[in-house]
This record gives sequence, structure tokens and C-alpha cells, in this order.
Amino acid sequence: MNEDVLKKVQSNPKFKELVHKKTSLGWQLSIVMLVIYYGFTLVLAFSPSTLGAPLAPGMTMTVGIPVGILIILSAFLLTGLYVRKANGEFDQLNREIVEEAQK
Amino acid sequence: MKKCTGSLALAALSLFPVLAFASGAIEGDVKQQATNWHAIIMFVVFVAFTMGITYWAARRTRSASDFYTAGGGISGFQNGLAIAGDYMSAASFLGISAMVFDKGFDGLIYSIGFLVGWPVILFLVAERLRNLGKYTFADVASYRLQQTPVRSFAATSTLMVVAMYLIAQMVGAGKLIQLLFGMSYSSAVIMVGILMVCYVLFGGMLATTWVQIIKAVLLLCGASFMAFMVLSTVGFSPEMMFEKAVAAHAKHAAIMAPGKADPVDSISLGMALMFGTAGLPHILMRFFTVSDAKEARKSVFYATGFIGYFYILTFIIGFGAIMLVLNQPGMMETVTKNGKEVHQLIGGSNMAAIHLANAVGGDMFLGFISAVAFATILAVVAGLALSGASAVSHDLYASVIMKGKANEADEIRVSKITTVVLGIIAIVLGLVFEKQNIAFMVGLAFSIAASANFPILFLSMFWKGLTTRGAVIGGFVGLVSAILLIVVGPTVWVDIMKHPTALFPYKNPAIFSITLAFVSTWLFSVTDKSKSAEDEKAKFDAQFVRSMTGIGATGASKH
Repeated sequence: MNEDVLKKVQSNPKFKELVHKKTSLGWQLSIVMLVIYYGFTLVLAFSPSTLGAPLAPGMTMTVGIPVGILIILSAFLLTGLYVRKANGEFDQLNREIVEEAQK
Repeated sequence: MKKCTGSLALAALSLFPVLAFASGAIEGDVKQQATNWHAIIMFVVFVAFTMGITYWAARRTRSASDFYTAGGGISGFQNGLAIAGDYMSAASFLGISAMVFDKGFDGLIYSIGFLVGWPVILFLVAERLRNLGKYTFADVASYRLQQTPVRSFAATSTLMVVAMYLIAQMVGAGKLIQLLFGMSYSSAVIMVGILMVCYVLFGGMLATTWVQIIKAVLLLCGASFMAFMVLSTVGFSPEMMFEKAVAAHAKHAAIMAPGKADPVDSISLGMALMFGTAGLPHILMRFFTVSDAKEARKSVFYATGFIGYFYILTFIIGFGAIMLVLNQPGMMETVTKNGKEVHQLIGGSNMAAIHLANAVGGDMFLGFISAVAFATILAVVAGLALSGASAVSHDLYASVIMKGKANEADEIRVSKITTVVLGIIAIVLGLVFEKQNIAFMVGLAFSIAASANFPILFLSMFWKGLTTRGAVIGGFVGLVSAILLIVVGPTVWVDIMKHPTALFPYKNPAIFSITLAFVSTWLFSVTDKSKSAEDEKAKFDAQFVRSMTGIGATGASKH
């Protein structure tokens, strides 16, 4: 990448927008995932009986099982959310930045 | 399946330290079994088919980019399957279902730990890696730093991780084949080594990827069928499945609740799993096989979906084994362990999924699942060998020794020679370590990846202030502290070296070694006042623009 292209991209307000949007979404979703996972780990460590309680009185299934399955699903849904945003909106913005830089 | 006797905990071939630690390493001898013809025939079909693919791939593999990255022509969906394949090793299939079989709910906890690293890789690492790198993660780590020291470090830790993994997989493969196929240990290890070299040597990344994809599809189909059959026996009512399992299991209702765990160890383990995945060289190299950032993102999306689905299946399979296999006539044996009589599943808990295959699908399906379990090992070792070969040829030979002036033909030749050498080393180590406890090596691989590779890779992309000095010192601090803390921890110091108490109380050192790596990288970077450090910081802006936009990134080759 030459200096000229670099300057053009850096001064393009669309680049600032892209950086802001992509970075903040990336970090937000990472934090959501970390909170879910480490929240789960902390409950396991300090209050395992919460997850071991029956889902409803008389049931064998415990709270922990749907919670565990939901965490697996949440990981999939979060990646889906990011890919949707990034492959649509962010890539559109990115294409414009690249085109404008090469003018 | 009466053929399986012998005492073995297969978990040592596990990808994951926990499983290995949890169920102990391979213990003692495995008796060679009667020849299992169904399994052998299906395995031969698999090998013949994948050799056909290797032949096809060989005709398309000419340039270095073909060899290392399949010319960048793998689609996001295909790569997602291949990544999932790398992750769904024989260990996670047999190991996690065994863990659910033994402990119930706790098995699910581990699955979750392995999965949650993926979204974070997507949000923070995947596309930046694709935009900056070409063949190895060292391309990214050394992007604006000095090539020689940074690549030497990256190649060292890559080879460490690859070696640990290879040994574990080779020994595990030998034992598994002995048990499932009735072949001798040494011939099994030699066969795995030769097949691995063939795939990589002739077919490069294209063949390695397709072998992985085919295996992933077979494994997903087989596991889906098993889970379906298990659920059909209880009228598709999970509640009924849990009731029957609780009634059958010696621990009764305890299998439905989490067991005891040390908080520090749990969190440390979580960090090793999450960040270790983002530092495994054979996983990272898969991001260079797709054409651009968009496909890299899709790969992770599909991989997360397949892996998550697979873990839900193994959970059902584990409970199915409790219901349908545990204490059933012909499935149990009594063995003597450490002088005590133990009543257990034939071949140990790690055979739970294999016995269940027999229970729900008969001899043919048992043969199919055994063949898939072996195919899984082959596909994983091929990926490992390729990643080790590229560290030697691309990082050490082309960049460090030839200072970037190597021609492509020589570079490919070096990687092919390395592949053969790695194959020989893997066979020799597999034979030498037959009787050894190999669990700690798997633990080491994950801890090194999390403590040495990940911090440097992450900081090189996110922190302008990173300098060569900080990266190399910090990386080695992570590498050495991870190894040291595992050696003086309970797994090696007490279990293997038989000292009475461990010098370091935790099984999982990641929380400490990752922190040490980050802190020392930071410290030795901010105190680096050299001229080259200034230049390196100045180059960050250009790197950042490329990592965000992909301008200047290596694209797919033309064909």
C-alpha cells in the first residue's frame, strides 16, 4: 500500500465510520460472549446447586441442561449476527472505501 | 462388541487437556483384539477414496500458495466444515461422550468451553488474520516487526504445539486401532505416519482440507444417526431419557448436576480453551485457505454451527450409552487396576460411543463408526503435519535463513522434505512413547498456544506499541511459563513423577501464564526506546488500514 492510498483511506470519513462500527460491534459481542461464559463458570464455581435444581418440581431434568444448550445456541446466534452485519453493511462500506482510494 | 478388552483410557489422544486429565492417561497395555473386518473394509474404502482425492489434488498443486493454502480457493462453507473437522477429533467424539457417560452434566460444561472461543475468534481475529497473513500466523505477528526474531519465535512455538499434538495423536491412534481393528500397535503407528505423509506430500492443503471435510461429514452423519436412534427409544422425550439414565447410573441424580470444581482451575481452564483455540497453528492456517475476509467470517459461522450441533449430539450419545450400554449383558468387564477390581465398560469409558454404535446399529454400523474414528485421527494429523511443515519452510527457511530471497520451488521442496521428516519423527516418537503418560503433552499444546501464540498475535493486531523486543521476550515468557507450570503442577509433578505434593497447585496454568505473557510483552515493549521500535510503531497505521479494509491483502490465485 503506498502512502497516497493510505492517506486517502485514513482521511475518508467512511473509514472512520467502518472502524468505529466494526470495532464496537466486535467488542460488544465479544463481551456478551465472555459475560455469558464466565457468568456460567462463576455460577458453576460458587453456586453449583442453582444449576443442579430440577427444572420443575418432580422433573429429572435440571436447570443446567437447557442453560447449557442455550449457551451453545447463543454462540451460534452471536456469530450469525456478526456475519450478517459484517458481510452486508460493513462490506458495502468497505467496497466504497476501496473504490474511493483507488480513484 | 465382545472383542474389546483391556484397560485403557483413550482420553490421552484427546485434543483437550481436561478430558485427558479427567479420565487419566493411557494406562498400561491394551490387548490386541480379534480382527474386526467390517471396520477394516470400511476404513480401506475411506483410504482408497481419500487417496483418489489426493491424486486429484496433486495435479492441481503447483505453486507455494496451492501447497500451503489450496490456492485460497476453499469456500467459507467448505472451510467451516474443515475447521469443525479439526475440532471434532476422535478425542472429542470418544472423550466427551465418555465424560458424559461417566459424569453426566459435567461433560456438557467442557463442550461449552471448547465452543465459546469461536465467536471471539470471529469478532476479533478471523478477518484481520485473513487480511494480513499469507500462509502462517507468523506472517501476521511479524507484519511490522523484525522478521528473523519474530518468525524464529513463532516457528519454535508452532513446532512445540505440533510435536505435542502429534505424539498424543500417534499414541492414541495406535491404541485405538489395536482395540478397534485388532492390528498391532507398531504397524498402526507406522500406517498412520505413512498415510499422513502421503496426503500432505502429494496433495498439500487441498487434499488435507478435503480429507477433513469428508471425515467431518461422515462423523456428523454417524453421530446424528446415533442420537436419533437413542431418542427414538424414549419416544423423543429428553425427560424420559434423563429418567432412565438416572435410574441406570451408579451416581443416580448426581449426573444431572455439576460436580465440584476449583474456581481458579475452572476459570483458568476456560481461558486455555478459549484463547488456546485462537493460537493453534493448524487452526489459524485454515483462515488463509479462503479467498477473502467475507469467506473467513462465514467459515467461523458454519464451524461454530457444526461444532455446537456436534456437542449436543455427543451429549445425547453419552446419555444414550448410560441408558442402553451401561450394565447391559455382554458390554461390561471386570479388570484389575492398581490392585483393585473394577467393574467397567469393556475397553473403558472411552469406548462408550463405540459400544452404543453396536447397540443401536449392529456390527456394520459399529464398523462404520470405528472407521470414522480412525479417519478422524488421520485427518487431524495431516493438518498438523502441514502446519509444522509450513513453519519450517515458510517461516524458518524462506524468511529467516534465506531472508525472503528463496525461490518458490525451493520453498516447496523444503516443506516436502520437512513433511517426510515430520512423518518419520512422528512414527519414532509414537513408538517411543507407547507406554508413556501423554496427557500432559496435550495440556501443554493448548497452554502454549494460549500463552505464547495468542498474546503475540492479538497484540500485533490491536496494540500499536508492540515492538520486536516485547513480542519475542513476551512470547518466550508465555511459552516457558506454560511448560514450567504444567511440569510442577499436579498432573506431571504428582501423577507422573510421583512426588507427594505439587509445587504449583493448579492443573491449568493458563490464567497465570497468559497474564505473564501479556505483562512482559507490554513491559519490554514500552521500555524499548530503540530506533527500530519507533519504526515498528510507525508502521502500525498502514497495517491497521490493511487489516480493516483488506487493501493489499493476498487474494485467491487465479485458478
